[in-house]
Amino acid sequence: MEKKKGSSMTEAVLILGATSAIARATAVAFAARGNTLYLASRDEDELRRIAADIYLRYGVNVYYGLFDAAATDTHEKFFKSVVAIMPDLSGVVLAFGYLGDQHAARDFSAGAKIIAANFTGAASILSLCANHFEALQRGFIIGISSVAGDRGRQSNYMYGAAKGALSLYLQGLRNRLYSSGVRVITVKPGFVDTAMTYGLPGLFLVASPQNIGERIVRSLDKSADVVYLPWFWRYIMLIIKHIPEPIFKRMKL
Amino acid sequence: MPTLITPISGWGRYPVQPCELARPERYADLRSDEGSVIARGQGRSYGDAALNENRRVLLTERVDRLLELDVVNGILRAEAGMTLARILDVIVPRGWFLPVTPGTKFVSLGGCVAADVHGKNHHHEGSFGDHVLSIELILADGNRVTCTPDDKTELFWATVGGMGLTGIIGEVTLKLIPIQSALMQVHHHAADNLERLFHLMQDAELDDRYTVAWMDSSASGKNLGRGIVMCGHHVGTAELPDDLHRRIKPSRNHSIPFDFPAWALNPLSISAFNSRYFKKEGGRRYPFLSNYDPYFYPLDAIANWNRMYGKRGFVQYQCVIPDATALTGIRNLLDELSASRRPSFLAVLKRLGTQGRGLLSFPMAGYTLALDLPIRDAGLFVLLNKLDEIVLQHGGRVYLAKDARLSAESFRAMYSRYDEWLKIKKEVDPQNRFSSSLSRRLEIG
Repeated sequence: MEKKKGSSMTEAVLILGATSAIARATAVAFAARGNTLYLASRDEDELRRIAADIYLRYGVNVYYGLFDAAATDTHEKFFKSVVAIMPDLSGVVLAFGYLGDQHAARDFSAGAKIIAANFTGAASILSLCANHFEALQRGFIIGISSVAGDRGRQSNYMYGAAKGALSLYLQGLRNRLYSSGVRVITVKPGFVDTAMTYGLPGLFLVASPQNIGERIVRSLDKSADVVYLPWFWRYIMLIIKHIPEPIFKRMKL
Repeated sequence: MPTLITPISGWGRYPVQPCELARPERYADLRSDEGSVIARGQGRSYGDAALNENRRVLLTERVDRLLELDVVNGILRAEAGMTLARILDVIVPRGWFLPVTPGTKFVSLGGCVAADVHGKNHHHEGSFGDHVLSIELILADGNRVTCTPDDKTELFWATVGGMGLTGIIGEVTLKLIPIQSALMQVHHHAADNLERLFHLMQDAELDDRYTVAWMDSSASGKNLGRGIVMCGHHVGTAELPDDLHRRIKPSRNHSIPFDFPAWALNPLSISAFNSRYFKKEGGRRYPFLSNYDPYFYPLDAIANWNRMYGKRGFVQYQCVIPDATALTGIRNLLDELSASRRPSFLAVLKRLGTQGRGLLSFPMAGYTLALDLPIRDAGLFVLLNKLDEIVLQHGGRVYLAKDARLSAESFRAMYSRYDEWLKIKKEVDPQNRFSSSLSRRLEIG
């Protein structure tokens, strides 16, 4: 089977969690290539604003609709409505994520929200996308996970565990869909200058959302399955992953 | 909302004050939680207008979406954080231009309204606020109100030029002007002294839609106030030459990568630059074509040009003197400057048309002079106080968007409609939640 690389004119892309800074930048980068967009999130006012901006600046069709990652029982209806509007849907970017606060580990009801948004919700909507593309024998799924999912740290292991689970899920999905010609890309951003990280102490090498968004879209032109953004995070995480556990458990991270 | 406490400054890099920054990404997060807050767009006001020492500063840079563009009638609606640069990227290819533009395009739409900025066409087309059709203002109680020149008129004209002190400017609807090309036709006219320069600027034959004069601030004696009047207009399709591609050189961008040492700009280097510039640009006898970018935004080609003035920063002193006393007033200012032996790297003279309706707006019919003065020592502030006196004697005023050091007393004397403004301020923001370092220094509110 011939594998199609990149995204081209008129192909339609669904962006889940479209109102975050990274998602907005990703949507802009797709629009700059001429892709039709469907923006989905819980915040209708923001969706309307972002959709208007992208349509006026790039002249591509931009649809939008409400989507709640945690409300998994609504996902099937939502996905059907997206395909009804954009029968040529060729790709999905899963961009939602919920950091929560770091005390969530001590209070499971708060932790459950983190798992529901970052993993359960993601697995639910992606299973629908995967079935759709598998049947069509084409398409791509880009899942935005996190370097936080590469190793558990005391400061955010609920978030890290949920993102780590998402990374594993995407890995399995990639294995399953390979023979169908559907690409699955796992994106692991490091520190990005967004509302999620604004004002946090101890950040370094912080990337702009524009840079990350452009690179996410460009990952379609390349062959990597797991993309660290910016690239050096692959090596930072390589080191972090290889610190022996007896030492790692003593570290304040 | 997460915040970041860090020292910041305006474009002049003086003063530097610690502020508590919040940077919303959603429109709904543009609000004043509690306590004092001031909105800040691109931080291109020069002094302390967008500073709020030890208090909240709301960065609007991420709330910057273009919401509507009527390409038939030339009407644009956008969030206040959108920059003029991004607006131009969208509108110029569609045959529209900003009705009024300041000397940099790296400013936010909200900032243009709050400072009621003017351009080289003020004597014909007024200031920015004259072309604003509507403002969505977020008030202290969180309510959003739409004000226009016809509805909530008073609040509209208190917000235009109101330095962000009536509320957070959320959205702006702007009337654009049609253009037929992205080019300008520019004509330079050199003048050997101030009188001659004034004469040229008043000459209706020479005058164009956009007129500005560059002045050699190093010249003194019989050459005091010598300069070049630069007139320009948007080129119509009928005026476009056939060999266009050979006439337009692509512009190059540069950046100042580090703070220049304090001695880099001294009377000698500045004077040498000014003489060269006067000879070169003043010698261009025939009209020439230019892209709109280098014409309107020459300094935007040099990123971080404010670093040229060194670590201690600079003050841009911009004042206006009414027509009747303009020539003597400007001469007195230049005499005082040259007697102080303080170099001004930049001196720009512009004509302003009739005073607009913005209650705290800067423009009034007359001539405006802008000087960039590096801060070397406290003596600069003594000189600036003297300049304030001259401005006051001649019935003029100082521009708040540039100011970092005016006294509350001088402000009251210069801005005669302040009481009218204050009445509206008290109605919409009785607790004075929208305040800034500038408003406290000038005892506004």
